[in-house]
Amino acid sequence: MALLKITNIKKNFGDTKVLKGIDVEIEKGEVLAIIGSSGSGKTTLLRCINFLETPDSGDIYIDDELLYSAPKDNNLSEMQLRKKRLNFGLVFQSFNLFPQYNVLQNIMLAPKLLISDQIKEKTKVLKKNFWKAPFNTDVRIEYKNEKEKLNIQKNSSKQNIEENAIKILKRVGLEEKMDSYPCELSGGQCQRVAIARALALSPRILCFDEPTSALDPELTGEVLKVIKKLKDKDNTMIIVTHEMEFARNVADKILFMANGVVVEYGTPAEVFGNPKDDRTRSFLSKNEEMQTF
Amino acid sequence: MTFAYATQQLLVGFVVTLELFGLTLVCSLPLGLLVAFGSMSKFKIIKFFTKGIVWIVRGTPLLLQIIVVFYVPALLFDMSIDSRLLAVAIAFVINYSCYFSEIYRGGIEGIPKGQYEAGKVLGMTKRQIFIKIVMLQVIKRIVPPMSNEIITLVKDTSLARVISVIELNRAAEKLVNVYGILWPLFYAGVFYLVFNGILSILFSKIEKKLNYYQG
Repeated sequence: MALLKITNIKKNFGDTKVLKGIDVEIEKGEVLAIIGSSGSGKTTLLRCINFLETPDSGDIYIDDELLYSAPKDNNLSEMQLRKKRLNFGLVFQSFNLFPQYNVLQNIMLAPKLLISDQIKEKTKVLKKNFWKAPFNTDVRIEYKNEKEKLNIQKNSSKQNIEENAIKILKRVGLEEKMDSYPCELSGGQCQRVAIARALALSPRILCFDEPTSALDPELTGEVLKVIKKLKDKDNTMIIVTHEMEFARNVADKILFMANGVVVEYGTPAEVFGNPKDDRTRSFLSKNEEMQTF
Repeated sequence: MTFAYATQQLLVGFVVTLELFGLTLVCSLPLGLLVAFGSMSKFKIIKFFTKGIVWIVRGTPLLLQIIVVFYVPALLFDMSIDSRLLAVAIAFVINYSCYFSEIYRGGIEGIPKGQYEAGKVLGMTKRQIFIKIVMLQVIKRIVPPMSNEIITLVKDTSLARVISVIELNRAAEKLVNVYGILWPLFYAGVFYLVFNGILSILFSKIEKKLNYYQG
């Protein structure tokens, strides 16, 4: 059973057809690398999966359950989209850390907001029940008890969030930087924080949009190392990348895109060792040429 | 006329200046944000309506606007505004809301799209993104242009004299006219200078406070 199944995703920007019907499947714990030249639609596909773009048509399934069906779901409310989004995490090419928060706050912000929203919702229900019979002693006592419980829950989850954030920071090797602000970090460190931030919500599928394209070669290594470590922990990941060596070594499946269609899909050995399509061959040979410079 | 008498007269005027300044600031800071949202609205009607108002208000002299607010309702609808200070304040609030709105808009539109997208993929609501991510960054960006505008406001309050509100400058002019001496005007200038000096220090403190991060 596939963890994520995408069928026939199409997306146009005006008259330009960016995605012309993409099908992708990922098993749990699998790493999928999407490669292809610029403008082939890799990033758009990733953005569709994270609902930053709304596909014109196509379906997205998680665990064989229909999560999103375009165009039917294209006018879902922000609230409904938000729940669906939480299945995915996304790491951007340009990090997009929040500059006014330090590293730890960057990581804890979203989980904290999520918890406080949940508690608010529960308090709302409690209050509603209370106002049904505000003069009944039993109701009042129960209301008080429940509220107390919520308070305890709130405090303990806040503590959990912090412990979890520090744990994740250790995993990306930045625990000593937790009080630093993004402007004080190198690009590689920023990207590792961004990865930690995405991990803190424990998404089922973590997506990377050219995570090392804004970094110089020296810093690329430290980010790729972190991603590789995540693979060892059985995270399911989709990585859009131009790092061919990395894709070959880390990915379980390679998907080569050109002009908005999937040209080739298979294991690294199949795609790199024995490409079937001319377009794949020319793309890979051009890449190899680059390596020899 | 003694120096003490002049000081006392100018202080009375200065209180009116302060009232006008405070009232304008308190009302137009939030109203300006509302206007900014209006001019960025997805609904074309709201957008063009607000942009039209901003165009008119920024395109005509404040002096004229004061006169319009004070005289036009009385002439057209027989609705005279009793308090002259209130009339001036209304004109100022409208005028400064429009100027502030453009500063807000610049600040909000200057925030990179990636910040919103990062918030979205982290499951935040639009409201949370604005309050928790965008707002402080906007504030940091707009402090310098805002302080400029606010300092201009202090001096603009002297326009209130056009409908005989006796604010600081008008109080000085009265002394000049009655006693035939010029120095009370310069003395009033010192009041403006000192007050703006205090404001400048305040703004640079705020700027320093927000300097704990870059970008």
